[in-house]
Amino acid sequence: MTTTAPGLDAGRSLVGRLVRARELALIILILALVTATTINQPGFVFSDGGWRELLRQPTILILIALGEAIVIITRNIDLSIGSILCLSTYLCGFLFYNVPGIPIPVVVAVGILLGAFLGLINGLLVAFLKVPSLVITLGTLYAYRGIAILWIGPHFIRSSWIPPEYRQFGTANIFGVPYLLILAVIVVLIVGWFMTSRRAGRNLYALGSNPEAATLFGLGERRLILNAFITSGALAGLGGLVYLSIFATGDAQVGTGYELEAVAAAVVGGVAIVGGSGTIWGVALGAFFLATISNALPVLGVPSLWQQAIVGIFIVGAISLDRILFITRTRRATRKGVAA
Amino acid sequence: MSTVEATAATEAAAANYRTHGRPLWRRMLLRTESAIVAAIVLLFIVAYTTVPYFAQPYTFMTMFLNSAPILLMLLPMTLIIMTGDIDLSVGSILGFSGTIFGLMFQAGGPLPVAAVVAVIGGGLVGVLNGVLVTQVGLPSLAVTIGTLALFRGISVGLLGTAAITDFPSEVTSFVSSPLIPGGPFPVVVVAILVLAIAFAVLLHFTPFGRGVYAIGLSAEAAAFSGVRVNRTRLILFVLSGLVASAVGVYFTLQYSNAIGTNGSGFELQVITAVVLGGVSIWGGRGTLLGALAGGLLIAMLNKTLQLAGVGSDSISIVTGAALIFSVVVASIAGFISRRRRTKASATAAGA
Repeated sequence: MTTTAPGLDAGRSLVGRLVRARELALIILILALVTATTINQPGFVFSDGGWRELLRQPTILILIALGEAIVIITRNIDLSIGSILCLSTYLCGFLFYNVPGIPIPVVVAVGILLGAFLGLINGLLVAFLKVPSLVITLGTLYAYRGIAILWIGPHFIRSSWIPPEYRQFGTANIFGVPYLLILAVIVVLIVGWFMTSRRAGRNLYALGSNPEAATLFGLGERRLILNAFITSGALAGLGGLVYLSIFATGDAQVGTGYELEAVAAAVVGGVAIVGGSGTIWGVALGAFFLATISNALPVLGVPSLWQQAIVGIFIVGAISLDRILFITRTRRATRKGVAA
Repeated sequence: MSTVEATAATEAAAANYRTHGRPLWRRMLLRTESAIVAAIVLLFIVAYTTVPYFAQPYTFMTMFLNSAPILLMLLPMTLIIMTGDIDLSVGSILGFSGTIFGLMFQAGGPLPVAAVVAVIGGGLVGVLNGVLVTQVGLPSLAVTIGTLALFRGISVGLLGTAAITDFPSEVTSFVSSPLIPGGPFPVVVVAILVLAIAFAVLLHFTPFGRGVYAIGLSAEAAAFSGVRVNRTRLILFVLSGLVASAVGVYFTLQYSNAIGTNGSGFELQVITAVVLGGVSIWGGRGTLLGALAGGLLIAMLNKTLQLAGVGSDSISIVTGAALIFSVVVASIAGFISRRRRTKASATAAGA
């Protein structure tokens, strides 16, 4: 007992420090990236639309990465969010076209509910069939995309379908602050508060860090998994709504590959792929960072084609760094434990 | 963690004894693999009799040509999934190898040299995956998502929007020519057969292969019984890289087109085929034949739907539905057999 206690204590405080370090590291990286880009081209930040564009552009990735992170924290994965986003985008565009004068809040609710419903299907399949979520959501990735392809076919959303007020949401500002930034901040704050301060949120971490213990403790594994997938689906649905408001177009291929970007953002943001750890703030920063890279590269003179390679380097780098820090921490803790 | 794995291993062993208590014909027939093979046969008969043009050799030519990359890459993937790992980077390795191949050819290198360099390049990506997974100790899912992005990005970055298309026509036409003129099999079928046999022997008839199963059931127990766990996993990632890059060269020649996006999204198709073929994503269970049959079933479904005029668009919905259906059926079957067993033991106890 006495020999392990100091080691554990040292570990715990270090975990806190490391988590903070991840967020700090991301903030420093983002600042460095933005500074370098701005030195290259002052307009990147100091122009009429520059800084707003910088803050608005990562919104979609932040939203879907938050949902993905919640699922990964429970030791699952959701590969279907790109397909869910596509269905939400098209259904909402379709509603605007076919039901003239439909109130915007109704469409927004429909988009989010559709996402939540598709997430519920994922969750039910994972929770009740006891099949790995990787397999289930790989299946629904294809199935949802297939529904989109069958339904949409060669059609696409035309910007004339979308009411101007809705399109404005994607581009307009209130008191100089983009609506989308406000949306992203609100969602991040709500999800972050939920995951850090609410019992239901902490239970998701508990389930992910030790499913057997969580079940024995009576946390209700099935309900937690359902909640995680419903949230992920709803956020992907919201992402589809944002996509529609920004681009005012969309076909059957919208959101292809977003699932991997979201996983990447979560991993870079410090979420362990084996579940149980990671913060929502880190994920939001990770998503912001990855989205900003693609904005900044062309300005820095790097062809945007290299963006994916750089994202790859950051994923591999982030997880390797985590691992190395973990090993050194364990070693130090063991040494302290032995010394004590 | 370890106790759970150990319990899973014991359960699997117990299940093994139970199944071996049954007669041979039941053991042979009541398997996921035989269900998939039956589905293929059924689909073949239905399509052969009802779908126009299905019975022509050309149909099978194009079917094998289109599905060859998936059928080849699922061989090492099956073994990787069997150990409980996963390799999401195969599509990107395909593209990366095609890019190296194309660039070397464009720089005036002879084709065989370019092909060898490309395959070695892909093998090195496999080494990178394997080292990160086994030596650094990272989860394979995270590592290969990273290398998926990295090597797709390098391929797209190197080639840009350009495409290298001026490969010698005698080579490209050989790659997509039939084995016997007018026959249903393209030359690549030979490669599929040879590699399939090689991987089947490796998995089912060598100590290495038994080690693969053992690692999937419990890496700890496997290590205690003398399996070199990390070496095995590393070798599998390298094999996966080598096969994916060889497919990259083939794919580039078949379409006479080296572009950075070659093979993107293939990783999910490969995994779908393997899982549909009854290989457990948790490792330790499945056969190579099952995985191949899964790949073949998807290919044949795709071709049939295309010929039936449903359009090639519907393939993704069919793939997804087939995958979910297969796991739903397996799950329900497991549930029923568990209930029957509890009932049987309850009766036995009562008697």
